[in-house]
Amino acid sequence: MSSADLTSERDLPPEREASAKGDIAPGRDGPRDTGMDDASLHRWLARTWRTPAGIIGALSSVDHKVIARRYLITAFLFLCLGGLNAVAMRIQLSGPQRGLIGPDLYNQLFTMHGVTMMFLFAVPIVQATGIYLVPLMVGTRNIAFPRLNAFSYWVYVSGGLFAWVSFALSMAPDVGWFAYVPLSGPEYGPGKRADVWAQMITYTEVSSLAVAVATIVTVFKQRAPGMSLDKIPLYVWSLLVTSFVVVFAMPAVMITSTFLILDRLVGTHIFNPAEGGDALLFQHLFWFFGHPEVYIIFLPATGMVSAIIPAFARRPVFGHLGLVLSLIAVGFLSFGLWVHHMFATGLPKLGASVFTASSMMIAIPNGIQIFCWLATLWDGRPVIRTPLLFVLGFFFIFVIGGLTGVMLASVPLDLQVHDTYFVVAHFHYVLIGGAVFPLLGAAYFWFPKITGRMMSERLGRWHFWLALIGFNAAFFPMHIVGLWGMPRRVYTYPAELGWGNINLFISAGAVLFFLSFVLFAFNLVHSVLKGAPAGDNPWDAGTLEWATSSPPPSYNFARIPVVTNVEPLWAEREPLPVATGLRVDARELIISTVAEAHPDIREKSATPSIWPLLAAIAVGGTFLYSIFTPWAIVWGAAPIAVTLIGWFWPKGDPEDEE
Amino acid sequence: MNQRPAMDISGLPTFGHGPRSPTWWGTLGFMALEGTGFALAAGAHLYLATLWPNWRLSAPQPNHWPGTIVTLLLIVSLVPNHMLNRYAKECAIGPVRIGMVVMSLLGVAPLIVRWFEFPALNIYWDTNAYGSMLWVLLGLHTTHLITDVGDTIVLTVLMFTHHGYSGRRFGDVGDNVFYWDFVVLTWIPIYLLIYWLPRWG
Repeated sequence: MSSADLTSERDLPPEREASAKGDIAPGRDGPRDTGMDDASLHRWLARTWRTPAGIIGALSSVDHKVIARRYLITAFLFLCLGGLNAVAMRIQLSGPQRGLIGPDLYNQLFTMHGVTMMFLFAVPIVQATGIYLVPLMVGTRNIAFPRLNAFSYWVYVSGGLFAWVSFALSMAPDVGWFAYVPLSGPEYGPGKRADVWAQMITYTEVSSLAVAVATIVTVFKQRAPGMSLDKIPLYVWSLLVTSFVVVFAMPAVMITSTFLILDRLVGTHIFNPAEGGDALLFQHLFWFFGHPEVYIIFLPATGMVSAIIPAFARRPVFGHLGLVLSLIAVGFLSFGLWVHHMFATGLPKLGASVFTASSMMIAIPNGIQIFCWLATLWDGRPVIRTPLLFVLGFFFIFVIGGLTGVMLASVPLDLQVHDTYFVVAHFHYVLIGGAVFPLLGAAYFWFPKITGRMMSERLGRWHFWLALIGFNAAFFPMHIVGLWGMPRRVYTYPAELGWGNINLFISAGAVLFFLSFVLFAFNLVHSVLKGAPAGDNPWDAGTLEWATSSPPPSYNFARIPVVTNVEPLWAEREPLPVATGLRVDARELIISTVAEAHPDIREKSATPSIWPLLAAIAVGGTFLYSIFTPWAIVWGAAPIAVTLIGWFWPKGDPEDEE
Repeated sequence: MNQRPAMDISGLPTFGHGPRSPTWWGTLGFMALEGTGFALAAGAHLYLATLWPNWRLSAPQPNHWPGTIVTLLLIVSLVPNHMLNRYAKECAIGPVRIGMVVMSLLGVAPLIVRWFEFPALNIYWDTNAYGSMLWVLLGLHTTHLITDVGDTIVLTVLMFTHHGYSGRRFGDVGDNVFYWDFVVLTWIPIYLLIYWLPRWG
């Protein structure tokens, strides 16, 4: 097949006429990979795509794998910090009237726990996994807008540092992860704590929005030739749908946090009922983001499950189309549920009924997914390895969380258990069961690709059982103590209520669960150093990330694969069909059409640059300064403008021309 | 893995305009998320408006004239904007340079009139929630106006350098045209909300 078959005359740009006049493009050409032997090809590509040496070089990297690795490690560190928050709270609650932690610190602890887990761990880690895997799975050489991707990482790190340095200075937010007004407003939230919450949100949202746009464009425009919509791997679909949910949900929380900081800083009255504002408006705006947020975390996890199951069931997934449609349906429905977080606010009955119905409806596409996975396992020849164990654990825990979710969707029950530990139990079952367990499975599954080494299977099994038992011991009794009436966010309780023993049991479970992560961390470090070599495709899986070496070279693929099947490596057992004709002296990659993935353009990907870091410093400094004075926006504009111009101004690389 | 060449893509062009280019899609993505921000801010305004029987909360009506002039300027600017788009597609450097200068001027002009819009609201942001929302809506759009005008001016300068004559830069001009359409389009509902809702509602 030649490009003439793929690109009709009418699609070609005026470049041809221009070249006839002897300008644009053709004069600037370089060596191509056509017919080049493997060794020379590797030399050329390695030189073109390498991240420069030295500290400045490392800070300038735009390689999606390098950025993703940093993201993954940072998010894992935040998970450990958030986990330590939880352990501290559980020790305080392990018995009645313990005096280890006072109410003020306790308020900061549960707020930091929620904020860290949601904004600094869960969303970044699912996006980071996508940053690593999506370009590999769609068969391209880098993510779209690689500098934007680097920028997003730096902004994310500054947001996380900002929150945790505030905590170290005892000025961390203490208003809960959703920071309702009036508690977080100017009247009841003196000091800078609520401002820290508001701006930390802004940092992390800027970062996730940037990643979402880069992911969408990577999936739409950079798929390997032949990867039409029906051949996109389910994991990539899940990241695509998630990115759309991010694009339409995250602006809501940015609007919320901006309104809040305006009310606090310059005296607007948006949430002030005394001057024509409304406190419930905050909840509407926050949950318009907050509910989709759950699915932003959960959808990529379902994508991981859809990647792991076929690899270990040894057959393509059952109901590929049904799974894709379920993902899209969940994405849409996730926007119709936010009011079920507000049943206790006295909304009109009709509104409450509508949101009850929609909350129950979302169980349908989720149920379809579960049945498709079970059918895949049923019909396959499952090989039980650690990744699959975590997927099985996910089924068990997530289904329980889903069932309590259906219970909570009904208003009378919700009113009864509102703000009790029943709700805490429910959302930990959904979030840890629905996202963390698949994520752990994914860690064991893709670790060999990222590091070139296998994780220890024996430690993995220990980790799984410890996590499963620890998790259920910690969170199942919370349903019961919640039904007994124990409220959330209390730093202690009197002995007469009789909640002491069950809380001691919960705390023991929490410690066990924490220890399972210690074991996991040990396994990670041990396997990086001493794990068995993995080879390209240790699980004999079918998607493109396994078609390259482990870890992949900077340029991902020596030649871009041509895709003929949804599991390309199962359909084309050696040799892999590839496309030729790209330049090797410039960072060329294939831009393809959205639906059919016909190759359309040979475009240049951005070269390493220090400017995204400088821009992130300018943006971060401005956000930080803005909690003290609104003039920060004015003073910060100049450095932001300078760094952005530095970022976009062409430097004369081949990548900048054409 | 062993490979076998199955497709030759050496004849493909090195740049494309509009939906063929990833940058166009990136711009569309940012429009989608910023548009969501606009919609939610407008929604918050309407939410508060339905909550209070007299939403202006006894404030005087805003003077719509500066806003109306901005609206007219923005609508007029669409004509040269789309001429510029055509020149960019034709990779005609001369007309593109002129078009970029014109668009920079047509970006600065509404920005100058915008300066007079804030006092014409006849209320401060800290008077009451109605005043807060007017300032927020106007401020949100002004931020977009400033960033796009800044971007246009930088690109104009770039087009006059030796970097200008390249397919990728012409693509950037096309995306700049696309984004300006967005800045103009988002203004229309905000204009109606700020100046005509208090008169009709």
